[in-house]
Amino acid sequence: MTAVPEAQEMVDPVPGAAAPHLPAQPELVQLLTPEGERVEHPEYALDVTDDELRALYRDLALVRRWDVEATALQRQGELGIWASLLGQEAAQIGAGRALGDDDMAFPTYREHGVAWTRGVDPLQVISLFRGNDLGGWDPLATKFNLYTVVIGAQCLHATGYAMGIQRDTADAAAIAFLGDGATSQGEVNEAMIWAATFDAPVVFFCQNNQYAISVPIERQSKVPLFRRAAGFGFPGVRVDGNDVLAVLAVTRAALARAREGSGPTFIEAFTYRMGAHTTSDDPTRYRLADELEEWKLRDPIARLKAHLSRSGKAGPEFFAAVDAEGDELAKHIRSGTLDMPDPAPTEMFDHVYAEQTDEIAAQRAAFLAYQEGFEK
Amino acid sequence: MTTLTLGKALNTGLRKAMEDDPKVVLMGEDIGKLGGVFRITDGLQKDFGEARVVDTPLAEAGIVGTAVGLAMRGYRPVVEIQFDGFVFPAYNQIVTQVAKIHARSRGRLPMPITIRIPFGGGIGAVEHHSESPEAYFAHTTGLKVVAVSNPADAYWMLQQAIACPDPVVFFEPKRRYWDKAEVDLEATPQPLFTSRVVRSGDDLTLLAYGPMVKTALQAAQAAEDEGRSIEVIDLRTLSPLDLTPVEESVRRTGRCVVVHEAQTTLGLGAEIAARVTESCFHSLEAPVLRVGGYDVTYPPSKLEEEYLPDLDRVLHVVDRAMEF
Repeated sequence: MTAVPEAQEMVDPVPGAAAPHLPAQPELVQLLTPEGERVEHPEYALDVTDDELRALYRDLALVRRWDVEATALQRQGELGIWASLLGQEAAQIGAGRALGDDDMAFPTYREHGVAWTRGVDPLQVISLFRGNDLGGWDPLATKFNLYTVVIGAQCLHATGYAMGIQRDTADAAAIAFLGDGATSQGEVNEAMIWAATFDAPVVFFCQNNQYAISVPIERQSKVPLFRRAAGFGFPGVRVDGNDVLAVLAVTRAALARAREGSGPTFIEAFTYRMGAHTTSDDPTRYRLADELEEWKLRDPIARLKAHLSRSGKAGPEFFAAVDAEGDELAKHIRSGTLDMPDPAPTEMFDHVYAEQTDEIAAQRAAFLAYQEGFEK
Repeated sequence: MTTLTLGKALNTGLRKAMEDDPKVVLMGEDIGKLGGVFRITDGLQKDFGEARVVDTPLAEAGIVGTAVGLAMRGYRPVVEIQFDGFVFPAYNQIVTQVAKIHARSRGRLPMPITIRIPFGGGIGAVEHHSESPEAYFAHTTGLKVVAVSNPADAYWMLQQAIACPDPVVFFEPKRRYWDKAEVDLEATPQPLFTSRVVRSGDDLTLLAYGPMVKTALQAAQAAEDEGRSIEVIDLRTLSPLDLTPVEESVRRTGRCVVVHEAQTTLGLGAEIAARVTESCFHSLEAPVLRVGGYDVTYPPSKLEEEYLPDLDRVLHVVDRAMEF
């Protein structure tokens, strides 16, 4: 519905305010314009208190600070790789904050913002990228599954989990995070067929960040992604993924629909990966700097800051306090990373099975004996 | 004691597992109203309802992938892959997800999933219906793999696999589904991940699993008529392997032959030969020999009798081992 209005003057403190115009975006649900103006949508009302707005800003700012610190740590050789969420903060915080305590999230490998909303310590995510473990958090206690790297598999896990919710007659839903590239995977399509067939309480939350590493969305789909849902037999909605309020409202509605037994929803959060795919990637080989500059004008954090500032809901003291908290978070991440102990070498033998086999036990013993041989 | 076919023993075992644990959920193609193409789940949907015996969409990755999610929610999914050759659409979920999740989560997410696969040839089927893909799964860390050969094991091992906290790929010898035997439903079963001596002998140790156990026993009987005493061991578990009874046997007999339907190269026989050679080197009178399928695409059914190891091929290799 509400297309981004053209030719509006930008106002401070939006970065890049000198650019007078933004190109039109496709039709999408929006509650906060790139300029920070609060707008209404006929289907998605959102009641948020000023405290909640400030809390959302804090979430957005802190996960970006985390991301910046992790990228720096990778550049300094402390992490093997880092998958930056830069530009996707609103999509992830909006979706994550829509979740109830009993809802279960199934991320890919970039959902650090969702991890944040589930109370996962950033260091437990960092440890994966540092090579200390394969995911340090407790997926059941946090209701945030381990990262899934082989694209799309988690959509089936979420659907199966949702089938379990149905059998438990629990008041809960599952949410599967996926990207635009993932929509080409067979398993993602199978998941949507299953979810539709069984009316499973699952939400497919697709962050269309326009690129699967280097390959643009045009190579994945001839139709807007959200329209695919109709073919599977459930609603699809496209939301401004850089608008945390719209994402929150749309995801809340989809989760409520799932919990009440009305089945799945596909959400396309239209956003942009402002950084590289990972720290190993070089986006200058496949996209123009102009494109990034355009998207900077739609920055998810700047628009909420503009709204809070202009409406008087937050002032310089609030933003300074969040910045200071960000600096503390960064220190926690940096010192926690540098102090992180290497895993015990025997760790790799210990969790292959719930019931250890004699074969692996023997290999573990042989490994220890071999190691001890060097110490003599 | 009750006389059951192998297929009915599986059906009875599934029923018992579902009665014992309300978290057991069966999923697969055509397993509900139809009772499965081999009728292994016959009558179960009628008695346990559609929430516990689920006729799924035709999508093997979906079957296994949703089983992962159900397991995370505390269920014990038992999934049926309709035929051996149909497992590969689910291969990614099995190898990339099911096998690794326990290790990745450091034990926080157990995967008590049983993946039932009818396997092997000999029923005159069209392509992709007669394969023996067990080595792919035995090679995959994080999975446990078993193969049953007779009705009693079918009844007990299936229940044990379902109760196992680890994922178990459960191979059923489809051409033996109609074989009958006495099953003691009150017995104390042998532990799941153990092999078993099924015929004693002194001259050679013959190893088999699944459909080839019957063939091995027939070969041993024929050899006895020629004056040779062959010990037959039903491996039962392919991962982990239980070679303790095998080694005890080979140290006595000095000779070992492994039989399977799967292609010989890099099959289970290769691993077993390597291990037995290492552990029994000083007892061996001959190299460990293998009898398996040829390294060819599974042939059209008019040729499968030539492809599959049979009594004569087993005896031929037994002769080679004896004459070495």
